[in-house]
Amino acid sequence: MSGISQEDVAHLAHLARINIPSSELGHYAQQLDAILNAVAEVSSLDTANVAAMSHPVPMTNVFREDIPGVSLTAEQALSGAPAVEDERFRVPRILDEE
Amino acid sequence: MSDLIRKDASELAGLVSSGEVSAVEVAQAHLDRIAAVDGAVHAFLHVDTKGALASAAAVDAKVKAGDKLSVLAGVPLGLKDILATNGLPTTCGSKVLDGWIPPYDATVVTKLREAGVVILGKTNMDEFAMGSSTEHSAFGPTHNPWDLERIPGGSGGGSSACVSSFEAPLAIGTDTGGSIRQPAAVTGSVGVKPTYGGVSRYGIVALASSLDQAGPCARNVLDTALLHSVIAGHDPMDSTSINAPVPDVIAAAKRADIKGMKVGIVKELGGEGYQAGVRSRFEESVALIESLGAEVVDVSCPSFPAALAAYYLILPSEASSNLAKFDGIRFGNRVGDDGTKSVEQVMSETRASGFGSEVIRRIILGTYALSAGYYDAYYGQAQKVRTLIKQDFDAAFAKVDVLISPTAPTTAFKIGEKLDDPLAMYLNDVATIPVNMAGLPGMSLPIGLAPEDNLPVGLQIIAPAMADDRLYNVGAAIERELLAKWGGPILGMAPELAGA
Repeated sequence: MSGISQEDVAHLAHLARINIPSSELGHYAQQLDAILNAVAEVSSLDTANVAAMSHPVPMTNVFREDIPGVSLTAEQALSGAPAVEDERFRVPRILDEE
Repeated sequence: MSDLIRKDASELAGLVSSGEVSAVEVAQAHLDRIAAVDGAVHAFLHVDTKGALASAAAVDAKVKAGDKLSVLAGVPLGLKDILATNGLPTTCGSKVLDGWIPPYDATVVTKLREAGVVILGKTNMDEFAMGSSTEHSAFGPTHNPWDLERIPGGSGGGSSACVSSFEAPLAIGTDTGGSIRQPAAVTGSVGVKPTYGGVSRYGIVALASSLDQAGPCARNVLDTALLHSVIAGHDPMDSTSINAPVPDVIAAAKRADIKGMKVGIVKELGGEGYQAGVRSRFEESVALIESLGAEVVDVSCPSFPAALAAYYLILPSEASSNLAKFDGIRFGNRVGDDGTKSVEQVMSETRASGFGSEVIRRIILGTYALSAGYYDAYYGQAQKVRTLIKQDFDAAFAKVDVLISPTAPTTAFKIGEKLDDPLAMYLNDVATIPVNMAGLPGMSLPIGLAPEDNLPVGLQIIAPAMADDRLYNVGAAIERELLAKWGGPILGMAPELAGA
């Protein structure tokens, strides 16, 4: 069930949008492999008839009354933004040039 | 140095409300202490001198006006830097949030402000609360006041260190796998992880949403209870918040009577792998509990040995999702945006330069555990183990009122000792993790020093969900006996810090 290569780490890092330098991939692969070997212990228990638990307090559909409340102003919401233009978040280009 | 810094929070609140001492004097005494010793301890990332003195002055004005005050009005506090504070930096110990100033307060912060608690500043932590030593902070480690070469626990090492070095009588921590209780254990202070949903998570930067819980840190059980009572309660802003009355933790801390209670020793949390001095102090506590008229029995929780493995799948999975928002788009730092790069490239550069290695490890691990083809074997299986852990607790609490174990397998280790061995670091939380998996309340209480290294040892007390009051009753009963035996608080045995 385990065995994680440098290529795997590079692929996962891409999925997670983290630009890991290729010189560090080997070290991460080694550490992650050791961790995966250790966490494989979850397979040691018989869980054939056990339901999965996502949350300690089972709750569904927590609603509030549909009444407008106080919320952040646009200025407050933008106050921590790295770049702002026309009262909006300014982002790097999101489409590739084709 | 003013003797105000050695006083309990309850005493300070009494002095302030009676007008004997002003809240400004109390705040200034603690700010002076921080100035004198925090260069060596490094518990604080930001000290808010102006804000602290202003809120203290507001409390003094209320005293003069004869207004009714809360139980902790005028008492200073250190706030873990994971709670959003309006107008005050919130970094989570990460470069990616260096310089970010939130536009709102976490609910816990709102409650503290309303209660007149004086927020001295923000305390250091492992980056995004990932760690057991505070060495993973991007801003340098915090040092344990018992021995500055040792770790103060983690992730909330700043909170435990500020309390145990008399920089603040109170602190707020967050506990996802032990980050309040393990730091309390290794610094000789008290820390409580409340029932999941007992304290609002609104405005607390999420690590693993199904495990995270904020809670109180202090130097004794009653002060911890007072702080618990101030921050707990239902919050419509947190959909996982429990809509039920807060257990009367203050009354429980004052009751301190365990005659006739049934206390279970968790067989799987102790013995092999636990330091000799941790075991001997734990065994002494068991004898003490029996001498107070409680019945002690052994309890087996057979799934617990797999809890650590399940936790290190569930936590990274949830964290990899929660930390996706730190991408340099809406807040925090942005790296590499030179006008030529795509948003994807900018995000990838921002995250690579903003996150430390432990955060990257856990995000990659979580991304892997949630991948198609591995989901069932890892994340799915871990969730089933979580059910088994909860069933073990349910079976145990059918027989006993509370469970006990050592809080951590060892006393404080040396800074640097486990830094590049993630698995060794993870083992620090082996006894605290099952509690988070089931959403239960847990306390760490100092029970003495390990004879071999003269460093503090913690006792973990665990109660059923929403029975947080039992922790305080049991903790206060044991504490009263230990204080009599020691002739004063355990922190009185800690060495004086240079500069004080």
